[in-house]
Amino acid sequence: MIKVQTEDFDPGAELDALVDGHTDIGAAVSFVGYMRDRNEGRGVETLTLEHYPGMAEKALAEIEAQALARWPLTASLIIHRVGLLNPSDRIVLVITTSAHRQAAFEAAEFLMDWLKTKAPFWKKETGPKGDKWVSSRSADENAAQRWTASSDSKTKQD
Amino acid sequence: MKILYFAWIRDRIGLSEESLDITDDKLTVSNLMDHLCTLGDGYKAAFEDRDVVHVAVDMVETTHDASLATAAEVAFYPPFTGG
Repeated sequence: MIKVQTEDFDPGAELDALVDGHTDIGAAVSFVGYMRDRNEGRGVETLTLEHYPGMAEKALAEIEAQALARWPLTASLIIHRVGLLNPSDRIVLVITTSAHRQAAFEAAEFLMDWLKTKAPFWKKETGPKGDKWVSSRSADENAAQRWTASSDSKTKQD
Repeated sequence: MKILYFAWIRDRIGLSEESLDITDDKLTVSNLMDHLCTLGDGYKAAFEDRDVVHVAVDMVETTHDASLATAAEVAFYPPFTGG
């Protein structure tokens, strides 16, 4: 399930709702991304998250479909917030559930790595020195790439 | 054709979207950027380093040599920084 929203979310309530009614789930992994008050040595007062409506939901749904094709997941959820955020605000939630933990752990990492580099969201920081659009990080690109490399050797899809 | 701009590309151009009437079967993303650069300094600033300008045609990411012959919506944006 995919949600792009301005409102905050309750990770515990979302986890309970996702697992509710599934007696075959043995493992759930949840990841919450928060806004920090510092980035790359610079103070950050607010963060504005912009997205491309329509394409953002489509991209997240495609990323989730990839995860469901690669791992035996029972259910999954991605929530990405947009709009104005303050330090310690929640930004993103990923939950994966499966019969066993390994699939849930791996799929959660995959979803985060791919959504950072393949879904149309952009962050703008406001700090004491003014506004700054966040630059993409090569570390994020490398993290996303490793799933492409391993899928070629380990699975036969595509 | 509807054209959308996001993040600092929008800031430099000063518009989030506009419509352009171009009827050219051979139009590519590159050609469109060339044309937009003739419209003002903001566009030139937005497209000065094309390596960091990414593009989606009808919400699917593509490359600068992609054809726009049947495109309804073109979006220009910098690399994604969500998550």
